[in-house]
Amino acid sequence: MRVSTDQIWSWLDAVPDPEIPVISVVDLGIVRDVRWDADTLVVTVTPTYSGCPATSIISMDIETALRDHGIGDLLIETSISPAWTTDWLSEKGRAKLEDYGIAPPQPAGGPDRCPHCGSKAVEKVSQFGSTPCKAHWRCADCLEPFDYFKCI
Amino acid sequence: MTRDEAFLQFLLRMGDNTLILGHRVSEWCGHAPVLEEDIALANTALDLIGQTQMWLGLAGEADGGKSADDLAFLRDAWDFHNVLLVEVPNGDFGRTLMRQFLFDVWHSIMLGRLMASSDERVAAIAAKASKEVTYHLERSGDTVVGLGDGTEESHARMQDALDYLWPYVGEMFASDEVDAQMVAAGIAPNPADLREEYDALVERVLNQATLTIPESRFAHKGGRDGRMHTEHLGHLLTQMQWLQRAYPGAKW
Repeated sequence: MRVSTDQIWSWLDAVPDPEIPVISVVDLGIVRDVRWDADTLVVTVTPTYSGCPATSIISMDIETALRDHGIGDLLIETSISPAWTTDWLSEKGRAKLEDYGIAPPQPAGGPDRCPHCGSKAVEKVSQFGSTPCKAHWRCADCLEPFDYFKCI
Repeated sequence: MTRDEAFLQFLLRMGDNTLILGHRVSEWCGHAPVLEEDIALANTALDLIGQTQMWLGLAGEADGGKSADDLAFLRDAWDFHNVLLVEVPNGDFGRTLMRQFLFDVWHSIMLGRLMASSDERVAAIAAKASKEVTYHLERSGDTVVGLGDGTEESHARMQDALDYLWPYVGEMFASDEVDAQMVAAGIAPNPADLREEYDALVERVLNQATLTIPESRFAHKGGRDGRMHTEHLGHLLTQMQWLQRAYPGAKW
């Protein structure tokens, strides 16, 4: 019996990103497609950054979750085109990032406010942060450092 | 040279550039002057190694089903096709960032052109890599300006770095039969055609950095065609390939 793809999407929405566990792999926008090819479930995943070491862990986590739900015949495909963009982050994901203390990506290229105190007085410390997808910023009011999810 | 052979050479040139530079930059891991720079360098290296997996992955397919790892770890120096610029030792932090800047400018222009490649696999890799390289260039350009237009000491070191590295710039714009075939097939641009845009951007940033571009256009060559690498590549490979050479087929 085939499970509906809507059901699969909702199971995948419970698989956390290994580096930022408050958002799911679906929130992150890296699950591009879920489809049945005869009796094989095909899940298409795209990497955030080409060298991101979390990519292989994510594929493994997706596989484990789906097998736990009884999907035996499973194929995970990687696709690099179209290239991942932070535009694919869900609204729910963006709100969760900010709650967690990571400023969500902004088209302007920098955070619009401090995720801790909401101040607009923020400054860049470094173009690169704790993972390839983040930059390092700080707040001039509450003085706390924070991660900013880079906009690409 | 058949078109397939030329395509393989082209892919090796792209992948070996990112592999060797990625390895060089990773040598800074744990040694950079401040923590933020350490993280930035490691992230840059990681992007470059990720791009290598894509380029050499495609090269491996074109080379009879080898893996990217086979190509990275089981070739000797004379089979590498990176430009000499990326294999020269890191030197000090300033020289490392100057090399990064001189490469990033070329890399960003090249990837921009490759996004319109007639080969959709090449175009897809270029589109992915281009986003990352935009960040690399922003950072290396800012750092070159910060250090060039910095203290007397940092300025002198950046000028030394530029004088040392400039003779390695020309090779990125050399053309041979491989390039001619790629141009004819619409796969890649003629490198010589990128020079004008390169010079304009480099000049703008280096002026801002109060640095003087050397007048000589003399160029060390021999890397991208594999004819003659510097002595440094062999030393780099002894480090990078040691584990696979000592324990063939080892996995983890």
